[in-house]
Order: sequence, then structure tokens, then C-alpha cells
Amino acid sequence: MSVSTSIPAPVPASRKPAGQRRRRGPSAYVILGGLIVLAIVMLLPFVLVALNAVKTPSDFAAHGPVSLPTSVSFAGIANFWSLVDFTRLLWNSLLISTCVAAGAVVLSVLNAYALGIGRIKGRNWILAIFLLANFLPQESLVYPLYYVAKQVGLYDTQLSVIIILTVIQAAFGTYLLSSVLATFPRELLEAARIDGAGRWRVLWRVVVPISRPTMLVMLTLFFLWTWNEFFLPVIFLISNQNQTVPVALALLQGQHFFNPTTMSAAALLGIFPAVVFFLLFQRTLTRGITVGALR
Amino acid sequence: MTQPTGTAPAQGAAAFRGSRRPAGRARARRDAREVPYLAYLVPSALLFAGVIAIPFMMNIGISLTRWTGVGPLRWAGLANYRQLIGDSQFWAAFWHSAAFIVAMAIVPALIGLVLAAALVDVIGTRFGPRTASILRACIYLPQVLPIAVAAIVWAWILDPESGALNRVLSDVGLGALGQDWLGNPRLALFTVMAVLIWIQIGYPVVMFMAGLQRADPSLAEAAEIDGASWWRRLWRITVPQIRPEIYVVLLTCTIAALKLFGLIFVMTQGGPGDATQVPSYFSYQNFFQYEQVGYGAAIATVLTLIIMVLTTLFLRVQHRSQGRAG
Repeated sequence: MSVSTSIPAPVPASRKPAGQRRRRGPSAYVILGGLIVLAIVMLLPFVLVALNAVKTPSDFAAHGPVSLPTSVSFAGIANFWSLVDFTRLLWNSLLISTCVAAGAVVLSVLNAYALGIGRIKGRNWILAIFLLANFLPQESLVYPLYYVAKQVGLYDTQLSVIIILTVIQAAFGTYLLSSVLATFPRELLEAARIDGAGRWRVLWRVVVPISRPTMLVMLTLFFLWTWNEFFLPVIFLISNQNQTVPVALALLQGQHFFNPTTMSAAALLGIFPAVVFFLLFQRTLTRGITVGALR
Repeated sequence: MTQPTGTAPAQGAAAFRGSRRPAGRARARRDAREVPYLAYLVPSALLFAGVIAIPFMMNIGISLTRWTGVGPLRWAGLANYRQLIGDSQFWAAFWHSAAFIVAMAIVPALIGLVLAAALVDVIGTRFGPRTASILRACIYLPQVLPIAVAAIVWAWILDPESGALNRVLSDVGLGALGQDWLGNPRLALFTVMAVLIWIQIGYPVVMFMAGLQRADPSLAEAAEIDGASWWRRLWRITVPQIRPEIYVVLLTCTIAALKLFGLIFVMTQGGPGDATQVPSYFSYQNFFQYEQVGYGAAIATVLTLIIMVLTTLFLRVQHRSQGRAG
């Protein structure tokens, strides 16, 4: 029997054909039970935050954080929403994340076109520099950037954050997309050339449409990474009207004048967009996480 | 736009042949009329220089000075670096980084390996892939949160007076175990580590499950028929098959641990005392609170150096092990 190990069998798409499930022994149920308990533990903080966000402060005072709310009240969430102008924060995050994602994809495409398809000289060195830039801690860039931004009047503007994050994300995108474009079918480029298309046209009419799936994954990842970004936005965006969702919530958390139900409302408002994106982009993400792993 | 005028088909074919040999002379002549590929790098090159290369160099320069952020820089040579060596807070920060590498890379990778194998081998085969992917989604959910938001959630749960954790403990009669989880200097580091494990586990689970889908199941099945135990199969067959994923997870999580900032900023601000101080937050404090910009720059430079060395080492080990496997 063990002889079969030396003969590589064709890899099936899934580990077992559907409908041919294996026997469920007692140990299988124990493992399932354990994993369900773990899943509940992982979700518990979300549940706690949600439960307390819809409590009234008096309900919280009477029954504490682990009881079910006696009645569902959205007053705490609504109050906090208007207090911090959450609509504005959402808009800021959306604007910054969208601009960075779009800008970084465009830059990555231009770079990857030159490196992956143009195969220009020294491309490996250029790629290595881009990759290195990606691993570079932002701490070692932040003070000069902060100083220069102040000098040129870009400090405390969303534009400053957009520019910096676009370049950093594009460094990763270039690395990723160059390796994808290096395997681009040459026949297609040749055909377009014969039809008389110049490089610029080949890029937008041939390369970009065909690489769309990869670019979509990149767009999603860049958007989410930017949305979650904290270090640079917290330093560059000091006025309330410029701040992103995570930054504003984090700075409010430091001020201890909020009662616990307000604080859980704040946490819920921070969780909500992230979970919405997760559900929206799940398909792209499951492909993207493994693609984006090198980051 | 840049379409060359009057490109005959034959010339097009020549261009293609030329592009195969980038150094070809024929190509160089033809391309004179077209925008060279190098031009496509110009926007990025300019931005890259302005946002990354020059600031990085400036930072190194600043680390060799004493500077409050305003007024003239005073040359200090390596004085900041000498001061670092004797600074107990600096060393503490790097020890905490090591602890956070354990909490963000090593523990999640080990737990993630077991969970991924269980989800694919047991749940996926016996209860269906749908059950497995629902469980995976639950475990992954903390990963989608901005780290600052995760920190807000946990700061709220761990609050000694109104927090849920102490309340649950006292409700089940274990009130004596209640702690000031983040305020006790002997406990704070472990509390933050526990939160980090909660945040991180989902990432290796997803990565390793993706790797296992690629792996050849016949090997594990044959080993099972041969009577190898589940643990043995995990270590001897599963681990070697998903080695690339393991390297990627360890490398990216180690770097993330060294760069840890948002969670510390929100939950502990490095405290109490310097119980949870990390290099990133320490440099931030020197830049923006203590007005010791040169010192902050030196910390950032050391952090960069450590990350570069670790990355190089990782990639070298990975390269070597791949060479052996191939």
C-alpha cells in the first residue's frame, strides 16, 4: 500500500469528492465542538460591544456589561455619531482610502509595465529597492516627512497622507504586479504591435484589461490597508475635521470622560465598516490574503 | 497617443523579436520614436525619492545630531547611538518586541497550524467545506478590524471598573481573579500579548488552509493507512508541504510585531512605567513629545536595521530550504 506514496497522484480540486464524506467518529465531534467554542470566544468581544452599545446608561449601571440589554436603544450610538460627526469621519476614511488605492494601482501598473513587460535593465535591483521600501518601518521616514510637510503647508491635510500612503502601497503593488506581468502572454503583445499599437496603447488596451483580476485584488487590499492605517494618519491629521475613523476613535478613547455605553458605541462604529468590507470583499479577499502575504 | 506613424507589419514583428532581446541594437534604433519603457518609471521614481529615499536619508542624518525639531541641528556624531546602548528603556522596548514576536508570529503560527489542519482534515472532510469556511470566517474576523479599533474594544473589555472581563469573573465567583489588566505593570505585557494572539490567529489559519488546499492529499492518506498518528502526519507531512506559507507567515508577522504601534498607542501608551514600551512608540515619543528628534531618529534607524537584517536572514533560510526541497 505504502508504495503508492512514491507515485504522485493527480491533485484533486478538493480533498474529497462531495457526497463521499468520511465517517464521523466521536473524535470528529470533539474537534468540531472545540472549534465551535473557539469561534464563540473569537466572536465574544464583538457580541459584548454590540450588546452594550444598545444599552441605556442606566441599564448598564444597574446590570453591568454582561447582561442582555433590557431594551434596545440606539440613542447612545446616535449621540456619539453626531458628537464626533461620524459621517464626516466615514467620508474622510473613504476619500483617503479610495484615492490611495486608485493612485497606488495606477503607479504600480506603470512601474510593472516597465519592469515586467519592458524588462528594462537593472529591473531586479529596482524591484529589490521597492520591496525594501515596503519593509521599511514608517518610523524612519516620519519625522522628515512631518518636517517637510509643515514647511510646504501640507501638514494636517489629507493630501499629505494620500501622497505618502500611495507611494508606500505602490511599492508593494509594483513588486506584486511585476511578477504577474513577467508571465504575460507575449503573443498578445506581438499581435497588438503588428496592428500598429504603440506602447502606451498596448498598456491600456491589452495589458490592463487582461490583468484586471489582479488589479482588483490590489485595489481591495490597498483600500483596506489604508482604511486600517494608523501611524501616519495619527501624526499627520491633527484637526478633527480631517481625521479618519480609526484615528478619531483612538484619540477619543484616550479621553476618559465617556461612559462605558458611549465607549462601546464608539467601538461598534469602528467595527461596523470593517465587517461590512469583509462581507463585501470576502471573495476578493480570500484570493487576496495569500497574494498580499508578502507585505 | 505615442503610436508610431506608418508601422508596417514586418517592422512590428521586428519589434517583437527585439523585445525578446532587450539589449538588441535594432530595437534601440526603432524605439527612438517611442517613449522608452524607462519613462513609465519616472512618476514613481520622483515620488519614491521624495517620500521614501530622501526622508530615509534625512532621518539617518538627523540621528547624528541633537535637535529639538526647531532651530539649528547640532552635530553629535554617534552620541545618540552611544546613549541608546546605556538606555534601559530602549532595551526594555526591544525585549517587549521579542515578547510580541512570540505573541504575533510564533504562537499564532503554532495554533494556526493545528487549527488549519483540523479544519481541512477533519471538519472539511467530515462536516463539509461549508462548515469549515464558516468556522474559518469566525476565527478570521478580528483580522479585519483596524488595529486601533481592536485596541478600543479590548481597552473597554479590560477596564478594571466597568469592563466585562472582571465582571464575568466576579459573576462566576472568581472575583478574586479580577485584575487591573492593563494598569498592573507585571501583568500589562501579558495582557497585550493575549490580545495580540486574539488578533493574529486568523491570519495563519487562512494562509495555511490555502496552502493545504494546494497540498497533495494522497500523501497524508497513505500515511494514515500506514497507521501514522495525526500529530505525526501533521509534523512529517503537512508542515513540509506548506513550508512556503509558514515562512511567509513568520516573516510578515515578525515584521508586524517589530512595527507594533497602534495597539500600544491606544491601550497602554507604553506603560505603566515602561512595561509595554516598544521601539516604535518610543521613537514616536522622542519625536513628538520629548523633543529629542535626534534620539528618536536613532531609535528608528536601529529598528530599520533590525528589520532589514531579519528579513535578509529569513529570505536566505527560505531560499536555502527551497533549494534543498527542489
